[in-house]
Amino acid sequence: MPWAPPESESENKLDGETASDSESKSEFGGSPPVPTSDDTPEVLNRALSNLSSRWKNWWVRGILTLAMITFFFIIIYLGPMVLMTIVMCVQIKCFHEIITIGYNVYHSYDLPWFRTLSWYFLLCVNYFFYGETVTDYFFTLVQREEPLRILSKYHRFISFALYLTGFCMFVLSLVKKHYRLQFYMFGWTHVTLLIVVTQSHLIIHNLFEGMIWFIVPISCVICNDIMAYMFGFFFGRTPLIKLSPKKTWEGFIGGFFATVLFGLLLSYVMSGYRCFTCPVEFNNDTNSFTVDCEPSELFQLQEYNIPLVLQSVVGWKTVRMYPFQIHSIALSTFASLIGPFGGFFASGFKRAFKIKDFANTIPGHGGIMDRFDCQYLMATFVNVYIASFIRGPNPSKLIQQFLTLRPDQQLHIFNTLKAHLVDKANLSL
Amino acid sequence: MSDNPKGQKKENQQERKEVDLDEGLVDLDLRNDSDTPDVPPPTDSTPEILKRALSGLSARWKNWWIRGILTLAMISMFFLIIYMGSFMLMLLVLGIQVKCFHEIITIGYRVYHSYDLPWFRSLSWYFLLCVNYFFYGETVADYFGTFVQRREQLQFLIRYHRFISFALYLAGFCMFVLSLVKKHYRLQFYMFAWTHVTLLITVTQSHLVIQNLFEGMIWFLVPISSVICNDIAAYIFGFFFGRTPLIKLSPKKTWEGFIGGGFSTVLFGFVFSYFLAQHQYFVCPVEYNSETNRFVTECEPSELFRLKKYSVPLLLQAVLGWETVNMYPFQMHSIALSTFASLIGPFGGFFASGFKRAFKIKDFADTIPGHGGIMDRFDCQYLMATFVHVYITSFIRGPNPSKVLKQLLVLQPEQQLNVYRTLKSHLVEKGILQPSLRG
Repeated sequence: MPWAPPESESENKLDGETASDSESKSEFGGSPPVPTSDDTPEVLNRALSNLSSRWKNWWVRGILTLAMITFFFIIIYLGPMVLMTIVMCVQIKCFHEIITIGYNVYHSYDLPWFRTLSWYFLLCVNYFFYGETVTDYFFTLVQREEPLRILSKYHRFISFALYLTGFCMFVLSLVKKHYRLQFYMFGWTHVTLLIVVTQSHLIIHNLFEGMIWFIVPISCVICNDIMAYMFGFFFGRTPLIKLSPKKTWEGFIGGFFATVLFGLLLSYVMSGYRCFTCPVEFNNDTNSFTVDCEPSELFQLQEYNIPLVLQSVVGWKTVRMYPFQIHSIALSTFASLIGPFGGFFASGFKRAFKIKDFANTIPGHGGIMDRFDCQYLMATFVNVYIASFIRGPNPSKLIQQFLTLRPDQQLHIFNTLKAHLVDKANLSL
Repeated sequence: MSDNPKGQKKENQQERKEVDLDEGLVDLDLRNDSDTPDVPPPTDSTPEILKRALSGLSARWKNWWIRGILTLAMISMFFLIIYMGSFMLMLLVLGIQVKCFHEIITIGYRVYHSYDLPWFRSLSWYFLLCVNYFFYGETVADYFGTFVQRREQLQFLIRYHRFISFALYLAGFCMFVLSLVKKHYRLQFYMFAWTHVTLLITVTQSHLVIQNLFEGMIWFLVPISSVICNDIAAYIFGFFFGRTPLIKLSPKKTWEGFIGGGFSTVLFGFVFSYFLAQHQYFVCPVEYNSETNRFVTECEPSELFRLKKYSVPLLLQAVLGWETVNMYPFQMHSIALSTFASLIGPFGGFFASGFKRAFKIKDFADTIPGHGGIMDRFDCQYLMATFVHVYITSFIRGPNPSKVLKQLLVLQPEQQLNVYRTLKSHLVEKGILQPSLRG
């Protein structure tokens, strides 16, 4: 162990405390982290060379933020298929970033087998999840093509066999002096898969429910990030949590109200368009995705009575709103209250492993994970919310399950359904 | 003291360790396995009675006898619980799951010296509770359908089950974030990840075991017995004939044991399923009878459990002398199960051996004298339960009809009508339903 004079100890302490206060300081005392290189494009560097360091950073972040938001809008315009591809790319990049951190922590680049195994497990889990989604949504397409049909019928078995192969390869690759390291990387890979891959698939499920369920949550989290930052910048005084010294209560509360308002407005604008509110479906005849349907109840204007308290303030007696806007309040509240915990989790993680950012992909912002850490819990929440309060089960999936039952079970279900329809809906069948 | 540079260096090391525990962990992680300090050897927890009875014999035979007696004791307990029924089995599985979780978490505490983080022990158990609540809620809702329909409060819990489970989990997650203490970040993240991986391993497996159990006790008994048989048969074959080592990870395993164990397990599974398939008690899916408020296993045995004539292939005809043989179709499946138990099951054992070597422990715990902890007995079962479940869903069982019906009734009326029309056309096409005059 290197001999270190007492001064560096206090430097260590100081650096640890004021870590995220100074953005210009990228070196930490103590264990050697990966220093963040400045990869701002030359263009920007030259244009902003005159400004002071603080404002320069502000401008870089601002420009990149606008660039990312514009990119987001373009992708939305391009449609669900492109969105799915983008989600998958983001997922792979996040996985890569976290695994790289693991390699740096454990200096395990010398275990070449293990890098292959990590990517193999990523492939297996993705194959499993995509197979489940594809079978549900592309049901008719799958039934038509013979090889796809077999793949989908024995999907779980095939996925399990693939995973088992990876597991056995891991066991066979255990090397005598590196057991602990290998188990650590195995655990690290699995936890990363649990976090990254499941979230991205829930996002895709939400997307298929209707693009509004994808856009509104993500925008709320982004808005909360930006608003909390602004409110903190102008009014920030009381620190929120020791973990992230830059967050303040003023930013938190201001961000909350701004996000709820933003969510209400954004959902109002989006609910008017069918391309956002309709579930994404795969049209067998045109072999493309279509978003065309009769808008459900959620997206039809309704009259709501304003509670007396607000009537005096606002001056209206009733207001025409979409029911979805009420749901958007729930989504925005979650984004502002619990979403930041995802950010604190990531901050704690970065402090635990003494890294400033997950990676250097985006200049001024860090890695992809840095941008998506607050989204972490949002996707799961939206999915659980939809499953619990909005959507019922998927009818085509039910038909699919029905077709695999025995004839007597099929008949029993059919008769029960018939009786139910005659009874409840007063239909004559 | 100041004359001794090495002494001062050590003192400073101590100091620095106190200042930032996370720093110390970096070295812990990167050290070679051989540098890791050993965990103290397990204490001998053999009961006094056995010790006195076997005091005469030599150490090797004494160990053999202890293991043998305990093996018989465990097998007898297993039979007793089977006799007592499915509910007791469920409780047993739950008990084993909790004990396995406890054993693995304790190892984690010892590795990271994290007994001083009291918050974290509560959090680990809290997460165990959440995940169990989620899984039991999903299974219970399916199988206790009629029981649940009658009670209002349960209805609410079932309808919003996922939301409630997620909220509970989130509460734990937020508590974790709020409990992050300045100098212990890395430690806490490690324990968080350790807990989650342990949950992934133990809790999901145990729930798959219970789902297999509800499919029919034979789906629970045959796989577990095959793994146990493979363990014992491989040990015995290795003991008498063992010569070629199988894998560097477990020097005591041999190829002769592996192959001999494989064949005897397949044979055992074959014979065992023949006997079990005859009794309704083992073969029928477990159902909950709302009138008697008990579990019943009574049904018309499915095709799998009815004797069929199979023609023996010509090769075997010469050997056996029979032309046809009466077998249960299930016995074919049992061959698949036993094959998996003998070929892939041991990988679970190697995984556990590697784990024990990585963390320098001899056994997971000292619960069972002569055998070690509960995890030591169940490490080979690790993959078996998942395999059986995947096997059942892929090749045997279709989806649960009552679940399909329940979901159908939740749909919107227009969707129900569409589904109704699709089903009707399908049934008419297949000839199951006679086309009505109204069309």
